[in-house]
Amino acid sequence: MSIEIAGVSRRFGDFVALEDINLSVPTGQLTALLGPSGGGKSTLLRIIAGLENADSGTVEIEGTDATRLPARKRNVGFVFQHYAAFKHMTVARNVAFGLEIRKQSKKQVEERVREMLRLVHLEQFADRYPAQLSGGQRQRMALARALAIEPSVLLLDEPFGALDAKVRKELRDWLRRLHDDVHVTTVFVTHDQEEALEVADQIVVINQGRIEQIGTPDELYDQPASDFVLSFLGPVTTLGGRLVRPHDIEVTTAPVPDAVPGTVTRWTRIGYEVRLEVTPVAGGEPILVQLTRTEALHRGLGEGIGVWLRESSPVNGSAAPAAVLA
Amino acid sequence: MNGNRLVRYSLRTIVLVYLGLLIVWPVSLVAKNAFSEGIGTFIDALTEETTAYAFQLTLIVAVWAVVINTVFGILISILLVRYTFPGRRALSAFIDLPLSVSPVVVGLALLLAYGGTNGWFGPALEDSGIQVIYATPGIIMATAFVSLPLVIREIVPVLTEIGTEQEQAARSLGANAWQTFRRITIPAIRWALVYGVVLSLARSLGEFGAVKIVSGNIVGQTQTATLVVEEKYQNFEQTAAYASSFVLAAAAVLALIVVTLLRPGHEESASTAGVTAATTSVPTQKDPA
Repeated sequence: MSIEIAGVSRRFGDFVALEDINLSVPTGQLTALLGPSGGGKSTLLRIIAGLENADSGTVEIEGTDATRLPARKRNVGFVFQHYAAFKHMTVARNVAFGLEIRKQSKKQVEERVREMLRLVHLEQFADRYPAQLSGGQRQRMALARALAIEPSVLLLDEPFGALDAKVRKELRDWLRRLHDDVHVTTVFVTHDQEEALEVADQIVVINQGRIEQIGTPDELYDQPASDFVLSFLGPVTTLGGRLVRPHDIEVTTAPVPDAVPGTVTRWTRIGYEVRLEVTPVAGGEPILVQLTRTEALHRGLGEGIGVWLRESSPVNGSAAPAAVLA
Repeated sequence: MNGNRLVRYSLRTIVLVYLGLLIVWPVSLVAKNAFSEGIGTFIDALTEETTAYAFQLTLIVAVWAVVINTVFGILISILLVRYTFPGRRALSAFIDLPLSVSPVVVGLALLLAYGGTNGWFGPALEDSGIQVIYATPGIIMATAFVSLPLVIREIVPVLTEIGTEQEQAARSLGANAWQTFRRITIPAIRWALVYGVVLSLARSLGEFGAVKIVSGNIVGQTQTATLVVEEKYQNFEQTAAYASSFVLAAAAVLALIVVTLLRPGHEESASTAGVTAATTSVPTQKDPA
């Protein structure tokens, strides 16, 4: 295990940011800390980096107790949401910073900088200043700067949070590929479940200062340990008093046993997908249903049509056998 | 649109007339009078022994005051921006005191604290061979006192704006406190610092009231340039007074020119930070990620 966190707690006045966190981050993997903002995930990342102190508990990085080690001695690469680019330095000087601090020879520094800039595809921008780069380019520069020092672990705090949707998606794919090449133990913080599901090997769901669940993206999505995890990882709706995913609902136009009868009150088509709002005959909140357009047309669905709904696959948090509870 | 135009031109006229009558015309008269008896007299007036000495003293005092205020200004600014402690806001307000208190009061206060015969610290200092009041150290203290806020007021907003992320990034890359300060913090605030230093220098060269009280105005010893102007004027040596005045005014104008030339750079460094913050939310096209 690359990072071992044991019994870490942190309060800010009356606010409990983290409470008794125990977590092992496996070597060479990409781990996502996922959760709503204010849930404590960034604080945990900053405690690992040494930018913040825990009130209690220990942090071990690659077998050494780092709890009392200052940030500069932890050999950790940190990438900030807003890049934290050194504005008065060129891209090359930014990347060289950690190496110059380590008193490497000029030749070594130059070589490493060139290698890093090639890795993040910024070779032709070496002499530019951060202000002359786009957000995505700046973040790749920050990544090169963090990786240049050959860190034991790479920590990314909402790395794509300040970028627009398209660049965000590109960088996400790119980070995954980069990680497959470089294999440095990486922990990144995100509040975007899609980002976590797509990129991470392991996801740690954090809410209100506690770990809700740890597992692979499949485990979390299919066997959520709680209603919170279920609803945070994807859309949910209430069917017969239980939380289910809208795409896990079977729709029929003829009565079936154990089904909830209702009427389609709203039909929204988004590309290949159709979203229905079904108002139960018994009254109450409308139930959301997601299905493909082909399926919807095939079943002859439309607004005003009477339907019967039931769960198509048993997904229930408390019954999940393979879910790993923290 | 016509009304707008009228307002615009009337505003311009009012401002120009006001500034002209209040500042430009009187100051230009100083220049005119300084050279009224020819350039030879002007140079003679300035090279006269006590005047030359006074300018030399003024320069020494100003440089020391600026050096002291720069060092302490940076320290105080960092304390104000980077740390929270009880009384921080009070300290921040207190920093502006020297700008609002009359320099004469500053002089009297220093006299009470450091006076050689009955000041609080004066006798002890005098016993150990250090004379503060009626000597150069006192003049430097008075000058430093009145120009104290200028460096701080320039640095604080910039320090606040740049935030701590760059410094944290430097730390995580292995830099210690001094390396972070020298390689990240100082370059980030350099234009604000230069701007503050130039303003302090201009203010220090022209200080009169506080210096007059603590210096004792001893000709050839503790008489600074502004004091020379006053003395010459009262002794009906108008041309000499105007000559010295002209040099002081010229120095101030020069400082303003330097500041104006620096300002684009200063504003740019501030606004690039703004742009940086803005562009993060603006869609970035053609990113070859």
